[in-house]
Amino acid sequence: MAVSVDEAVSTRPARDRTPLARRFGGRGRSVLEVALLTVLAVVMLFPVLWMIETSIKENRDVYAIPAKFFDFQVTLDHFKDVFVASGGGRSTLSAAFLNSVVVAGASTALATVLGVPAAWAYSRFAVKAKKDQLFFILSTRFMPPVVVVIPIFLMYRQVGLIDTKLGLILIYAAFNVPFTIWMMKGFVDEVPAEYEDAAMLDGYTRLQAFWRFTLPLLLPGIAATAVFALIFSWNEFVFAIFLTSSDSVRTAPPAIAGLIGGTTVDWGLVAAASVVFALPVLVFAYLVRKHLVAGVTLGAVRR
Amino acid sequence: MGTVAAHGLRKSFGKVQALDGVTLDVPDGSFFVVLGPSGAGKTTTLRAIAGLEKLDAGSVRLDGRDATGDTPAARDLAMVFQNYALYPRHTAYENIASPLRARRCPASEIATAVERISGLLHIEGLLRRRPAQLSGGEMQRVALARALVRRPRAFLMDEPLTNLDLKLRVEMRTELTRIHRSLGATFVYVTNDQVEALSMADQVAVLKEGKVQQVGTPAEVYERPANQWVAGFVGSPPISLLPCHAEGDRLVGAEGWTLPRPRWTTAEDGRPLLLGLRAEDLSVEQRGDASLSGELYGLEPLGDRTVVDVRVGTEILKVKARATVTGTPGERLLVTVDLDRAHLFDAGTGLALSEAGR
Repeated sequence: MAVSVDEAVSTRPARDRTPLARRFGGRGRSVLEVALLTVLAVVMLFPVLWMIETSIKENRDVYAIPAKFFDFQVTLDHFKDVFVASGGGRSTLSAAFLNSVVVAGASTALATVLGVPAAWAYSRFAVKAKKDQLFFILSTRFMPPVVVVIPIFLMYRQVGLIDTKLGLILIYAAFNVPFTIWMMKGFVDEVPAEYEDAAMLDGYTRLQAFWRFTLPLLLPGIAATAVFALIFSWNEFVFAIFLTSSDSVRTAPPAIAGLIGGTTVDWGLVAAASVVFALPVLVFAYLVRKHLVAGVTLGAVRR
Repeated sequence: MGTVAAHGLRKSFGKVQALDGVTLDVPDGSFFVVLGPSGAGKTTTLRAIAGLEKLDAGSVRLDGRDATGDTPAARDLAMVFQNYALYPRHTAYENIASPLRARRCPASEIATAVERISGLLHIEGLLRRRPAQLSGGEMQRVALARALVRRPRAFLMDEPLTNLDLKLRVEMRTELTRIHRSLGATFVYVTNDQVEALSMADQVAVLKEGKVQQVGTPAEVYERPANQWVAGFVGSPPISLLPCHAEGDRLVGAEGWTLPRPRWTTAEDGRPLLLGLRAEDLSVEQRGDASLSGELYGLEPLGDRTVVDVRVGTEILKVKARATVTGTPGERLLVTVDLDRAHLFDAGTGLALSEAGR
């Protein structure tokens, strides 16, 4: 969800402004449009640009006052530091990235395996109080993570899931299953039920009909949904920082945040780690850009 | 063998009672048409027979054996869907082969069967295409081939011709009748098109609001409709219905006209009735003494014939006439009635009056 919110922020001003701009008509409108979009782009992209610049600056340029925008020494040392520890061997940050990959991948796989069949069932079968059930499923997403993290922490301590990757995988999957169900239900609704009916008349069982004829048609939708779940798990910070503590378990977001604080902050390293962290999200967001807004609203609104 | 018997089927969707006690007995080898307007429960009936719809009550027997709880696969039926439901990612060949593959037939047997059926339906050239590369008529044939590739107990067809254009529909009607005759298999065929029903069926069941109104041969349903609704639904142009009652040896219309009372009428004097007159049993030519007086309301030329609308009081009579008939609206004219072929219904219940002695 984190990414779809970001996306909504960047598109909303453009959409809200349209009626106002229309009053100016023709050229005045397009000038205003370009001006506002430029301001917006600068405001939104400057931190990103600054992060990228800092990640490739020599340390003395990082701390230079006044700040250097263009004439700085380029270095890739910070990126090396992200992956290689100062004494050689793997750095704790690289372990954190690996943890993030494992946790995000496993929780997404789990949410997909549980959510897709559920979405199919909600789409195809007459379930009692279907609307109420779907609302209940969605309502689990209403609660901000900060609110539930303390009870989750206490429960996890009881069952020994504190500071384990499995604990994070489970909680992320729990958050992604409702999203997967809602988004996938929209995709399943789009596939005519007659394919399964025809397959059952052909002699297949209901599950075979789903597996052989409906599932292949759902693959693009599953891919888009999984990317959203992946991005959520990848970006998640609150649960990660509360529920994990050791370097061997900690995911990238709390690990990067942990670099800030103490007496001196190696901003070059922070920036380089952030760039590495942001790259997969950018790639995946690019892959599902068509679904970013359309997919979410289609899956959620259409009932 | 291939008998299908549905008894007391009941099914509701929320507050809508889709099936309200539907009972059908489809004899082996018959072309059985379920006819009704949209929303009558035709498709639900078919899906219930196929096992795709869970029933609230009632039973389905196939070849005399109770199959109510069986899965669709276990029922050994084949179905053609209104929208064809061809698997979009499979070629026509794979679509047609699907029922055989599902039943684990050897590949050589499948190839022979697909070849045979695609020859019968003239689609040999289409086998390597996907549904998106087929026209509506071609998809329809492939869907038909997928059903016909096997010899199931019975074939279920859900308005298979509805999505075709008129010319193709007429062609396929003839072809389906030919296929039915050559296979000698049981067909249960759902349609809202009375022409399809009357031209193809051995037996017609007329359905309205989840209830069977009448079951019979096309001729029986047309000539002796069980009630006013069937009379109105079957036949084109629709039957004209005139409120009236019997008085001695006369039928007296609400509009003041009188006609000789048909000999077979059993209704007591004064009971409100509806006189049903089909367009072909009326004439604007002077051919008998039983006639109604009215004024010309309009002409509908149909090419081979013209339907003359005649206003009698506040009612409009539809009269079939020669294509050459002319007239100006408002002109007075006499409509001759063939009373031997007239229908009488109780105005309250809508049921046809007993025709004993007719």
